[in-house]
Amino acid sequence: MIVKEKPKAFYDTFERKGAGQEVTHYCPGCGHGTAHKLIAELLVELDIQDRTIFLSPVGCSVFAYYYMDTGNIQCAHGRAPAVGTGIRRTHKDAILISYQGDGDLAAIGTAEIIHAANRGENMTVFFINNAIYGMTGGQMAPTTLEGQKTLTTPLGRSSGRDGNPIGMAEVMDAIKAPVYIERVSLSTPGKVLKARKVFKKALENQIDKKGFSFVEVLSPCPINWKMDPVEARSWMQEHLEPLYPVRNFRDGSHLPVPHDDFIPFMKEDEIINLLSSGGAIPDVKASESDLEQRVKIAGFGGQGVLSAGILLANYAIASGYEATWLPSYGPEMRGGKANAGVIFSNRSIGSPVVAEPNVLIALNSPSLTSFENDVEPGGLIMVNSTLVREEVKRDDVDVLYIPASEMARESGVLATANIIMLTIYLKYKGLADTELLRKVLPLSVKRKDAVDLNLKMMEKALAYYDRELA
Amino acid sequence: MNRSVIEADLCKGCRVCVNSCPNHCLSIGSEINRLGYQYARSTPEKCTACGICFYVCPEPGAITVYKGEAPDVK
Repeated sequence: MIVKEKPKAFYDTFERKGAGQEVTHYCPGCGHGTAHKLIAELLVELDIQDRTIFLSPVGCSVFAYYYMDTGNIQCAHGRAPAVGTGIRRTHKDAILISYQGDGDLAAIGTAEIIHAANRGENMTVFFINNAIYGMTGGQMAPTTLEGQKTLTTPLGRSSGRDGNPIGMAEVMDAIKAPVYIERVSLSTPGKVLKARKVFKKALENQIDKKGFSFVEVLSPCPINWKMDPVEARSWMQEHLEPLYPVRNFRDGSHLPVPHDDFIPFMKEDEIINLLSSGGAIPDVKASESDLEQRVKIAGFGGQGVLSAGILLANYAIASGYEATWLPSYGPEMRGGKANAGVIFSNRSIGSPVVAEPNVLIALNSPSLTSFENDVEPGGLIMVNSTLVREEVKRDDVDVLYIPASEMARESGVLATANIIMLTIYLKYKGLADTELLRKVLPLSVKRKDAVDLNLKMMEKALAYYDRELA
Repeated sequence: MNRSVIEADLCKGCRVCVNSCPNHCLSIGSEINRLGYQYARSTPEKCTACGICFYVCPEPGAITVYKGEAPDVK
């Protein structure tokens, strides 16, 4: 009677190039094969093979997809927990196994592992720590021991020069969300069997939707350690395990399911309504007039410069034009310089950069100073005369002075000066279709409770135009 | 009789099983397999079918452990 045989979660043959179709590509005595075998056996035992997605890293185990008869994704270097997060959002019953080495997880993928852990993503991470970069030929890893000789630390790692070995299980233990954290070792038969129990628990946690389980696996790399496989296992006990204690760090598997990863189902029209506040871009009709407007809207952050740009671009698209919107702003959300370039045309647009505008909407004084001379001769400059005291010096452009901030102040919200300027601009150019504007406006106003107010200001601007400029 | 059967051409001769077997049932032979390794061999006499060699072996399919009736291998 067979009591132990190749687990069924492995492919019968490994369809890889070169020598072995039945053996792995791993070096003799490598720990990866053992870890793979434990996982493969558990996939069958726990009956989860058909819903498992195995996320392989960059590193020696990059080829896990040749071996594991599961769903497989080979992830960008270090990003397996992020990939897993993405899968989790759409496949809530998938079993996600993020299998990563120390170069992958503890070096390039540090951000991804920490934030996946911090979100308590329902996945199982197997972190294979062999204290060295294996695939690339034995360079120092973050986990390399003090004094350990590698290709890049030929004299031995020095903490003063190369930093200290990093214990990822300890790092994980500093984060609140993970439900289960344990470090195991593959150095002795007893520890391998213990590792199997830990692997099982880490997978069961995921099946029960308990959250993030992290298993660090101390694993031998005889070739890069320049030892024979048996000697490598002794070295692990003498050097690796004292620094990286093999123990449980946390077991919250008895706790209730921490959070529900349920995402409410929404119909398409509900989603659109949520995102657009009821606004919609109507069916596009082709525009016949030959037109190219390169509009620079400039002011300080908080004046609605960027929003006005979005509104104009959306309106242009709704009117059947091609349109681009390119914002430019400083690090300050309020008070810094901000400008948006909007181009719309009935021809295709090459670059969204507005270097030579034919329309400048200057909401404050520095904007006029900065961009006045860029405006194309024959263009239009619109000045928010409440805030801009100086006059336009150019005599080869059209100029409109609009007390937009004053008009906005009367309505109680200074930030509506943008909609006033924009409405008057469209009206002045003969492009204003008030019905269309009403439909598009909710798409572009961030604060949905401000839609009505903006509509009111639009009416006010139209009235102002008829009274003062018509 | 219990026995660990080693698939000669799947063994990379790492000796981890040899070193791990509590009853010293395994050894490395002198013959060279298709992969170029001197591979492990087993004797059934003291085998308890404990499965330790199977678990420590890094190759998925190199070792099959039989309890009771085992196929006859050289």
